[in-house]
Amino acid sequence: MNLRWRKTVFFLGAIGLLFLYGWGAWNLPGLGRYPGPYGDVLNRVAVYERHATNVVTAVIFDYRGLDTLGEESVLFASVMGCALLLRKREDDREDPPFDHEYSRAVPQTSSAVRTCGTALALLLVVFGLDIMLHGQLTPGGGFQGGVILASVPLLLYLASDYESFQQVTDQALVEAVEGLGLSLYAVLGLVAIVFGAPYLTNFLPLGTTGQVNSSGTIFALSLATGMEVAGGIVLLMMVFFHQTLVLRKDDERMRKEVRE
Amino acid sequence: MNDATLMLWLQGSVLAGVGVVATLVVLTRDPLKQVIGFTFYGLVLTLMFFVFQAPDVALSEMAVGAVVIPLMVLLTLAKLKVKSQAEPK
Repeated sequence: MNLRWRKTVFFLGAIGLLFLYGWGAWNLPGLGRYPGPYGDVLNRVAVYERHATNVVTAVIFDYRGLDTLGEESVLFASVMGCALLLRKREDDREDPPFDHEYSRAVPQTSSAVRTCGTALALLLVVFGLDIMLHGQLTPGGGFQGGVILASVPLLLYLASDYESFQQVTDQALVEAVEGLGLSLYAVLGLVAIVFGAPYLTNFLPLGTTGQVNSSGTIFALSLATGMEVAGGIVLLMMVFFHQTLVLRKDDERMRKEVRE
Repeated sequence: MNDATLMLWLQGSVLAGVGVVATLVVLTRDPLKQVIGFTFYGLVLTLMFFVFQAPDVALSEMAVGAVVIPLMVLLTLAKLKVKSQAEPK
């Protein structure tokens, strides 16, 4: 197929897409005009029913808790897939960690960067926990807090070196936290069945609206999500770092084997 | 100019910003420069979610766009570079 044909096919496709897009977008409701009843109903009843002032979190971890379980599993599976893909293979050897170009002399990280980076990492831990724990009250929740917590080891790596990244991450622990987070989510849903309610029903005491330990299982599920997300993202970082900085193909040996 | 009109202008300009930055990211050919542009795109997207009153999504986008995506792409690029340097010319 030559370039002209390709262009013809592309433009036919583009015109078709433009037509479908215009057709689909033509009857969309205007900005801020919401037609369905679902959101309006939830906006009215969620605070009263679930004692969570952040309706978004109430939807994610209660009214639509099953969808979130699905999303959690997707994240879990993709992290596992990355870990499997980036594992140490037979013809890989482990060199001392090396993270700059061969041809360039890289200056030492200044002590100012090291000190401020470490101080910032501490702040980041507090901030991540804050976002994670207050998901039912203010914007945030398990996912957002988990990603912020997971960025702490990365900040330590950027501010100092790979060694300090390794010091704060332990593969067995990270894997356990990730797996426990996901299974805690699933098991909390099953507990509701034991009490004779549908899967993922909010069975814990709802507490006082506006306090941290309110909204029942929403709070617990948010924490479980935070564990899973933080563990998953840190594990992702670990396998990527290991593959890029430590593992080297044993090219010499391979070439020799081919020659023989 | 009242508050509603001001908000409409703000939303319009942020949407236009998303369009412009997205186009620039797509038109960047060098992967390394593209990652840097993409993190900036994440920032503009965060602003957009915030302006459209979705702070939860804005927080997610900020964390994922600033940490996870650039990390994975940059490390992959570094790995590819190490490989090409190690190969005999």
